[in-house]
Amino acid sequence: MIWLTWRQFRVQAGVVFAALAVLGVALAVTGPAMADEYADGMKACTAQGDCGPFTGQFIEDHTSLFVAFSIIVLLLPAIIGMFWGAPLVAREFEAGTHRLVWNQSVPRTRWLVVKISLVGLAAMVAAGLASLAVGWWASPFDQALAVRIPRFAPELFDARGIVPVGFAAFAFALGLTVGILVRRTVPAVAVTLALFAVVQVAVPLAVRPHLAEPARVTTAITADNISGLMIGSGGRMSVMVDLSQPGGWILSNETVDAAGKVVGAMPESVSAKCTPDGSQTGGIRMRDECYTNISQLGYRQQVIYHPAGRYWAFQWAETAIFLVLALGLAAFSFWWIRRRPA
Amino acid sequence: MTSVIEAQGLGMRYGRRWALQDCTLDIPAGHVVGLVGPNGAGKTTFLNLTVGQMAPTAGSIRVLGSRPADTTAQLAKVGFVAQDTPTYAGLTVAEHLRLGARLNPGWDAALAAARIRDLGLDPAQRAGKLSGGQRAQLALTLGIAKRPELLVLDEPVAALDPLARREFLQSLMEAAAEHEFSVVMSSHLVSDLERVCDYLVVLVGSRVQLAGEVDELLATHHLLSGPRRDPGTLPAGVHVVSASHTDRQSTLLVRTGTPIRDPEWTVSQVSMEDLVLAHMSRPATAGDDRTPALEVQK
Repeated sequence: MIWLTWRQFRVQAGVVFAALAVLGVALAVTGPAMADEYADGMKACTAQGDCGPFTGQFIEDHTSLFVAFSIIVLLLPAIIGMFWGAPLVAREFEAGTHRLVWNQSVPRTRWLVVKISLVGLAAMVAAGLASLAVGWWASPFDQALAVRIPRFAPELFDARGIVPVGFAAFAFALGLTVGILVRRTVPAVAVTLALFAVVQVAVPLAVRPHLAEPARVTTAITADNISGLMIGSGGRMSVMVDLSQPGGWILSNETVDAAGKVVGAMPESVSAKCTPDGSQTGGIRMRDECYTNISQLGYRQQVIYHPAGRYWAFQWAETAIFLVLALGLAAFSFWWIRRRPA
Repeated sequence: MTSVIEAQGLGMRYGRRWALQDCTLDIPAGHVVGLVGPNGAGKTTFLNLTVGQMAPTAGSIRVLGSRPADTTAQLAKVGFVAQDTPTYAGLTVAEHLRLGARLNPGWDAALAAARIRDLGLDPAQRAGKLSGGQRAQLALTLGIAKRPELLVLDEPVAALDPLARREFLQSLMEAAAEHEFSVVMSSHLVSDLERVCDYLVVLVGSRVQLAGEVDELLATHHLLSGPRRDPGTLPAGVHVVSASHTDRQSTLLVRTGTPIRDPEWTVSQVSMEDLVLAHMSRPATAGDDRTPALEVQK
């Protein structure tokens, strides 16, 4: 049974693992040079005392490769679901070969166990390898980027660590189940892609924030912590602040009034006093009058966030959720295959 | 004698439609059983239930004394050549044999290899490149080489040309004789079955219309022709299966255990085709079909 499963799977497996090998070569060729550049550059700029310009340039220089590699890690689970999961049983139904193979002396449940174990394991290994390799390659870039986009942010969270393994297992099981229900390969591939895209978007938006009770701090808006300022129509001004400890995943960053009520933006009376102080050092430099006025009026900034220290707890929790979902889908497939007519 | 298939009130429903209803049969071992009926009569459903591809909605079925496809041992005892003789298009002939060897404990590798050689198939050829007849032969080889006690075939020759059809049935018959397995085979063409079957089951409108050994069925059915008269005047024990009348003449196909002695009738032999067609055109009603089916089985 293992032989047959491997025989049917080897082309698809070959394509994906060959692509991963190409990716590995590309990473190995470009990675060390980039790491050296970062290490040297950081050494030089630390000596000078300001690393802002260097990291900015470094990020700009390597963004296109970084985005390309990260997208590969993000897309791999979808590809696995579409091209490994969906056709696995749908193709048998489509060609009628399930009626051939189910009547060999192997019960169909064992047939399915072998298929799911072999291909599911390969899916998790592929995603794990891709995540590990890209994570290694990108570690200097991630450090440079951490000031702007911490690894906890949704843009990076799904492409790093062990979460891609959970995603791959889930995408595979989803494709398998859809294929069993739809019974035709091409529609199953399309449905799998659509469903998986929904999940991949919905989880960071609707599920991940609630994996733990978020922390919240309410802090004064000062020249030191302000990270963004926007004056909109009618002089309404909204601001953002940085957390004292970086690397957290910020869910909301809002101004509250003296009563503690969230206000979308501060009125014109506030922004009128917020004018640049004339220094040219970059960033946001408002005259002190601006901040004293804000604090006199009682405006403070409330930040709701998950602290950086929760990163691995979240990685494990989300991976576990996807593995449980994948097992649930696999169990459903078993039940369906056992009881449903051919 | 043991039974290959014992069905009791067997029924299968898809949604609200019954594909097979109230099917009670007891088919003894050692026969080549032909399952005939129009398209949609429930032949495939009955065969899928026999090999355990699906479980019945009603009643029970036992194949070689056990529940179908319940265990590895049961799967090994029943071979199945499914409708359209499916094979893996991307696998070669040799890989199909390897599949059979890997998945069947009782696999007869020598038999399989000899059959492929006799058929003149190239082991390196992909199944997708074979002709319909060759593919059917490959599927048959997989069914035979697992050395089943019962081989079930669902319309195996439906898509084949007449020559391939004859060759397929011939090799099936040779294997059945040599390895002594029972055969249950469906077809909507009586002529396919006429040559090879010694037991007949007629399915019409999801019900069993007729079942019995071919010799016995042919011996008890007669074609009567004579001057026009009311079929009701026939003696008791003579069952009219079909009747057609012209202005002057009546032609009746009847079943009876006793010889027809009425000199007004010209009695002639029926062919299997006449017999099956007569039973197929008889409306399938619940009260009507059971009695004759049981009668013939005795």
